[in-house]
Amino acid sequence: MERRTEDNPGRPMANGKTVIRRFSISGLVLAMIGLPILAGLAGTVGPAFGLLPALGGNHLTLSHFAELAAQPHLLRSVLISFATAIVTTGLSLAIVMLFTAGYAGTRIFSRIQHLVSPLLAIPHAAAAFGLVFLVAPSGLAMRLVSPGLTGYVSTPDWLVPQDPLGLTMMAGLIVKEMPFLFLVTLAALPQVPLLQARHLSASLGYGRIRGFLISVWPLLYRQIRLPVFAVLAYASSVVDVAMILGPALPAPLAVRITEWMADSDLRMRFLASAGALLQLGLTVVAMVTWLAFEQIGSVLLRRMSGSGVRKADDRLLRRSACAAMALSAGLVFLGLATLLVWSIAGLWPFPALLPDSFTLQPWLRALPQAGTAITTTISLASSSAAIALLLAIGLLWQGGHRDGGALRSVLYLPLIVPQLCFVFGLQILSVSLGFAASFPLLLIVHLIFVLPYVVLSLSQPWQALDRRYETLATGLGKSPLQILLQIRLPMLTRACLTAFAVGFAVSAGLYLPTLLIGAGRIVTITTEAVALSSGGDRRAIGVYALLQTLVPFGGFLIASLVPHLLFRDRRAMRI
Amino acid sequence: MTPDTTHGLHLDAICIALDGRTLLSLSAHVRPGEILTVMGPSGAGKSALLAYIGGFLDPVFTGSGRILIDGDDLTGIAAEKRRCGMLFQDPLLFPHLSVGGNLLFGLTPSIARRDQRRRMVEQALIDVELEGFFDRDPATLSGGQKARVALQRVMLSAPRLLLLDEPFSKLDSDLRQQTRGLIFARAKSAGLPVVLVTHDQADADAAGGPVIVIGEDSRR
Repeated sequence: MERRTEDNPGRPMANGKTVIRRFSISGLVLAMIGLPILAGLAGTVGPAFGLLPALGGNHLTLSHFAELAAQPHLLRSVLISFATAIVTTGLSLAIVMLFTAGYAGTRIFSRIQHLVSPLLAIPHAAAAFGLVFLVAPSGLAMRLVSPGLTGYVSTPDWLVPQDPLGLTMMAGLIVKEMPFLFLVTLAALPQVPLLQARHLSASLGYGRIRGFLISVWPLLYRQIRLPVFAVLAYASSVVDVAMILGPALPAPLAVRITEWMADSDLRMRFLASAGALLQLGLTVVAMVTWLAFEQIGSVLLRRMSGSGVRKADDRLLRRSACAAMALSAGLVFLGLATLLVWSIAGLWPFPALLPDSFTLQPWLRALPQAGTAITTTISLASSSAAIALLLAIGLLWQGGHRDGGALRSVLYLPLIVPQLCFVFGLQILSVSLGFAASFPLLLIVHLIFVLPYVVLSLSQPWQALDRRYETLATGLGKSPLQILLQIRLPMLTRACLTAFAVGFAVSAGLYLPTLLIGAGRIVTITTEAVALSSGGDRRAIGVYALLQTLVPFGGFLIASLVPHLLFRDRRAMRI
Repeated sequence: MTPDTTHGLHLDAICIALDGRTLLSLSAHVRPGEILTVMGPSGAGKSALLAYIGGFLDPVFTGSGRILIDGDDLTGIAAEKRRCGMLFQDPLLFPHLSVGGNLLFGLTPSIARRDQRRRMVEQALIDVELEGFFDRDPATLSGGQKARVALQRVMLSAPRLLLLDEPFSKLDSDLRQQTRGLIFARAKSAGLPVVLVTHDQADADAAGGPVIVIGEDSRR
């Protein structure tokens, strides 16, 4: 009640969010995300220039950069990471753009949407393992055509995955980033005048894709620009997918830095810090390059619209984009199926298409050991998602999202600054301060990554709720808190649960932060699964990758079932 | 004429502006049971007027002027303490609550005993020919039934005045007349001052009270 008292009397509605209160939660969220990133960056910069008192680094020096430059094949590692960033982002965006251009508003569009949406919940590492089991020399693809077409009766000696150019790695990233970009595009679509533009451009004789690109795409791209940069940053610095699918000698930059970070020789921390700064520079260069591409793209688009060329028949292009979307979703699902088969395979010699026998042995062997990892994953994911959900609700309730710019940029910061560059610094700081790896510390670090996704996921349904419900309830004499608890939150049950599930999946799939902050003492299914990748025990990998998929899937399942149970008798709540 | 400020609703030099441009400025007295109809083209600030009276004015607008109900000044009071019952063009029944739950939500807390609350809600349903609808899902009701539940919900909250924001515009003409008649009759018998915002001359005629036309610099 007292929250009203400081209000500007002329506008009591706005005063549910008094200035002081609004500052509190959005300020807290800003601090929870912004401060660790700043501290982490500082913790990386210091050692890179030789400053790390705990390890005897007391004076400024550039020698660690010299040491870094002397690492064999460093340039090649850098170039592979750079190419991965640009190619992955470019291709994912191009396919999503062409597909949306060709099909937005059609039945095929919503069908593909249903096919692609679940992909978001599948952790990167699990999707990557699935791809390995498909395209490896002994993978399902080769078994399908052998020995009939290839004549191979033993596995060919190919460097796939881990091909030196990183093409498999790029493919593995594209199949995961495309669904992400597709879903953010979907979220932005209602804000552009899609149908009017389509009808107008069609009446002028433009093909669907051309008409869309000229009239709608610039508006749409502006909306999804931050997520595109997030994809770019992620692809330039990804570790888990690169360890599973990327080239080995030399490995992409981020993988090599991670190895230095995890090296038992603590002196390597200096080298790793210098490497992390190089990684930051690399990501910045990739972004600058992307900005240049944006300019070129907008010039091309202007040319295209100025030329008046209609390209009325674009069926081929349209269908290729649709095929690419379906193919990439299909690859991921087929990969998961192969993982399942491997996890229950008895003897499975090449080139047999299916195992000779099936056994539950791999599961029985792995599950007892995986127990702790599963418990840790679930408790970490559910507590970080729950805290993030509470903060997100508080933030939106206070209208913090309307502060606009600052909050939005800070929310995207953890997605745009490569994890490596600040999480490593955080680890160094926490070690220097004498913190041992602990669950609360890991939880705080997970929140940096979980919070943005939960806030972004909740804010759209939050703003979409008809405000007149609240106006009406206020007129009935209910306080803002009563309205939040009795009207808004119950009406947003599904949206809240979905946001929780998104946060849960993000936490469960986090690799690098868990690895570095958990310091090997706290393990999750994801760190365990990636650790298995070097071993080559396919049955164990199958089990872990599936576990890794099942845990977040469980979160989404609960999110979709609970509203049904809770609102069995309320038709309007089940949509 | 000195207006009798102890009865009914007094709007005293209300002025609503958007970006420094005055949308409307008016003074009016609405006696208990009387309906003041405000007409005008869309964008003229009709809904903003209701929002100002109710205390929900969007911060992009600036409003000034005093609102008095039965001699009490509402101007600085928080929206949830003004007891301005509102009806919109959609019934806006809360989809997660039963019909009875919606009414219980509206029913004034001054009635504290559970069984008495339940009885009052049942009676309110009977009053609008919806006997036995307590446990129904609002989504299964017809348009007219929903409108009646929405009316009862606001009446149970013991409002001091009613603000109607084109509440009939989505109903077809038969239902429209019925619902209009019901709402006006209930407001009159409860002695509530009503401010009605509408596009429709027929609404104004049915209301039978004073009419203010805004956005055209004319008053009738």
